[in-house]
Amino acid sequence: MEERQIFNEMLNEQGEPREPYRALLQWLESQPPGILKKKTREAETIFRRLGITFAVYGTNEATERLIPFDIIPRIISASEWRRLSAGIDQRVRALNAFLHDIYHRQEIIRAGRIPADLVIQNEAFLPEMIGFTPARKVYAHIIGTDIVRVGENEFYVLEDNTRTPSGVSYMLENRETMMRMFPELFRLNRVAPIDQYPDCLKDTLKSVAPDGVDDPTVCVLTPGIFNSAYFEHAFLADTMGAQLVEGRDLFVDNGKVWMRTTRKPEQVHVIYRRIDDAFLDPLTFRPDSMLGVPGLFDAYRAGNVTICNAPGTGIADDKAVYAYVPDIIEFYTGQKPILNNVPTWNCAKPDDLAYVLDNLAELVVKEVHGSGGYGMLIGPTATKRELSEFAKRLAANPKNYIAQPTLALSACPTHVASGIAPRHVDLRPYVLIGDKVRITPGGLTRVALRKGSLVVNSSQGGGTKDTWVLED
Amino acid sequence: MLGRTAASLFWTLRYNERAENMARLLEVAYRIAMTPRFGSDAMDDWRSTLVSAGCLDAFEAKGGELSQRAAINFLLFDRDNPSSVRTCVELARNNARSVRTAITSEMWESINTTYIEMMEVKPQHMTDDKLPGFLSWVKQRAMLFRGALLGTLMRNEGYYFSQLGTFVERADNTARILDVKYWILLPDNEVIGGSLDTYQWSTILRSVSANRSYRHAYRDSSLKAFNVAEFLILRKEMPRSLAYCYDWIEESMEDLTDVYRERLPSYDMAVATHKLLTDRKMSEVFQYGLHEFLSDFISRNNGLSLQLSADYNFA
Repeated sequence: MEERQIFNEMLNEQGEPREPYRALLQWLESQPPGILKKKTREAETIFRRLGITFAVYGTNEATERLIPFDIIPRIISASEWRRLSAGIDQRVRALNAFLHDIYHRQEIIRAGRIPADLVIQNEAFLPEMIGFTPARKVYAHIIGTDIVRVGENEFYVLEDNTRTPSGVSYMLENRETMMRMFPELFRLNRVAPIDQYPDCLKDTLKSVAPDGVDDPTVCVLTPGIFNSAYFEHAFLADTMGAQLVEGRDLFVDNGKVWMRTTRKPEQVHVIYRRIDDAFLDPLTFRPDSMLGVPGLFDAYRAGNVTICNAPGTGIADDKAVYAYVPDIIEFYTGQKPILNNVPTWNCAKPDDLAYVLDNLAELVVKEVHGSGGYGMLIGPTATKRELSEFAKRLAANPKNYIAQPTLALSACPTHVASGIAPRHVDLRPYVLIGDKVRITPGGLTRVALRKGSLVVNSSQGGGTKDTWVLED
Repeated sequence: MLGRTAASLFWTLRYNERAENMARLLEVAYRIAMTPRFGSDAMDDWRSTLVSAGCLDAFEAKGGELSQRAAINFLLFDRDNPSSVRTCVELARNNARSVRTAITSEMWESINTTYIEMMEVKPQHMTDDKLPGFLSWVKQRAMLFRGALLGTLMRNEGYYFSQLGTFVERADNTARILDVKYWILLPDNEVIGGSLDTYQWSTILRSVSANRSYRHAYRDSSLKAFNVAEFLILRKEMPRSLAYCYDWIEESMEDLTDVYRERLPSYDMAVATHKLLTDRKMSEVFQYGLHEFLSDFISRNNGLSLQLSADYNFA
C-alpha cells in the first residue's frame, strides 16, 4: 500500500465538516473555553468512583488504573453502519462455520483452501474438541471484531477476537457518562441506543443452554479481583443479573456443574467464562491451574453445561489463520467478503519472511499468539536499534510472526492538552451469536492519545471514546 | 447465594465496623495523651490501647520501640497490622469488590471512595493537628457505608450475613474494651471511687461513643462502675452493648433459618449466648466474675463466627 493521507473522520479535504459531525462541531464551537477540560476532570472522577479500572501487568504502579476517556464522541453514519454490520454478520457466521468444520469433517482442508498444518499443528487448535458439537453449533458466542478505517469507504478488519474479547463495559459506561454530562448533545443527534447489550448477552447465553433446560442458570466465570478486566466481569454479571463466580465456587459432580452456595448446591447450565482455555479445567488442560474447575470439560462434552465461548475458538482468531479469512468466508457463505482483510505476510513462508526482513521499517509485525499490543513492532516509528533487534528475533523464530503494511488509521477529533486535535482510532464492535446474530450499534472506539501514535491498546497508553451510530 | 459471597459480605461489614471502632479507640487514646496524668506512665496508656485493639502482640512482633507516634502509625497505617484502619478499609473494599454483584452501587461507590481517599493519605503527613479530623472522617465514612447498606440493600440472605458481620465485630469490640479494664469496673473499686476511676470509666464510655447517652440512661447521671458495666453489657437501648448486638444477631439468625428452612448449630449458639445477656442481672454477672463472664463471651462470640462459616460454606 502506498503512503497516503490520513483520513480525517470529522473534516473533509476542504476542511468542512462531514455530515455526521455537523451538529457536534457546531455545538463544540458554541461552548465556552475550558469546558472540555472541566468535563474531562468530571468524567475521570465518575469513572474512578465507579471503580471502572483495569490492571496493567508488569508495572510497579498502583495495580488499578483508569483507561483515559476522551469526551469527544466518534460518529458513524447510518449507511456506514449498515455496511459494517452486514460485513461483521457475514464474518462471524463464516468463522463459526469454520470452527464447526475443522472440529468435524474438515471439508475446508480437504478442499485445499487452507493448509492442514496451519490448523492441525496450531497451538490454538484443541484436539479435545474434535467430534463434539456445541448447542446450536455455535462456538464463538461473543466476538469483538477489530476494524480500522483508512478512507471514505475503506474499512479493514484487523483481528477477529473470538476468544474472550473485553472492553464492552467501557462501551456501556462511556455512553452512560456522556449522557450524564452532555444531555443536550443527545437531543441534537439521533444516537442509536446500546443499553440493550446486557439483555442481548443474557438472551444469547440462555439460547445456547443445553437441550431440555427451560430456565437455565447462567454465570460469569472470572479469575478474580486481580484480573485486569475484573471490573467488566462484575459489571456484566451485575447487569445481566447472573452470578459472578470464581473457579473455586464451582464443582463437578455426576457429570454436572454446581455452584457452592450457602446451603444446597445449585446447578449451572451456561458459563460465560472469562478465563483462557488452558485454565478451564486442570484435569484436561493445565494441571497447575487454580482458576478452573476440575472435571468441567467432561461435563461440557457430556452436554450438561455450555461454555461460552467454546474451548478451542482461538484457532479462528489466530493471526496466521487470519490471512485465510477471505477464503473462509467464500467457502462457507459462497459470497465475496464485504469487509477487507489487511494483506498479511506469513513469516513461516520463506518468501514472505525474506520480504518482511527487507521491508521491516515499513511494516507492522505481530506475534502470532500475542494480544494487547505486547511484543509487536511498528516499523515506521521504531528506532534503528529496535529494528535490528527485532529482525534477529524474527529470523530466529519466523513461525511466531506475521507482518502487515502499516495502515494509515483514520483520525478523529480528540481533546488533548493543546485543544482539539486529530488522533488515530480503531473500532471494536461487539457481536453476539446464539439463536441469532445480535450486533450492538457502534462499539468501543480506542484512540491513540499520543500524537502520531498508531497503538490504541489501553495497555500501551490508549484511551477510549463513546461511539455513536446515527439513525436515519 | 454462593458461600463465598456470604463470607465476603460478612467480612466486608466486619472490617468496616473494625475500622470505625479502631478510629474511636484512637480518639480516646489521643485524648488521654492530652490529659494530665495521675501518676501513670503515658506509654502504659498506649500499651493498653494496643491491647484493647487486640494489636499488642502484632506490634511487639515488629520489634519497634513503643511511642505515641509508633502506636498511632501502627493502628492507622501499618500494612503488617491486620487490624490497622488502612488494612481494614482495604480488606473491606476488596471483599466488597469480589462480591460486587451482591451489593448495591451506592454501597460500592461509598466504600470505593473511602478506599481511594484512604490510599491518598500519607502517614508522614498525619500530624497531630490533622489526626482528630482524620479519625472523624474514618468514622463518618464507615457509617456512610452502613447507611448505604441499610438504605439500599435487599432484605434477603445477603443482608442477614452483613448484619451478622457488623454485630459480631461490634460485640467483640465492646467486650474487649471492657475486659482490658475490667478491674476498674469491679464494685469494690467504688469504695475508693476517686477521680482516677471516674476518669477511667468515662474513657471506657467514650470508646464506644456512650459518654453522653449514659448520662441520659441513668437518672443518677454520675458515673458508677456498676452502671457503666451494666450499660455496655445488658442495656438494650445502648447500640453498642453486648445485649443490643445479640438482639440483632439472634434476629438475623432467625431470618436465615427462615430463608433456608433449616435450623443449624450456629442458630442454637446465638440463642444460647443471647440468653446469657437477657436472663441475668448485673449483680449476677459480678457474682459470676466480670472477667470470667467477658472472656467466656468473647470466646462464644468467636465460636459463633466459626460456626457460621461452617454452616454456610464460607470457605
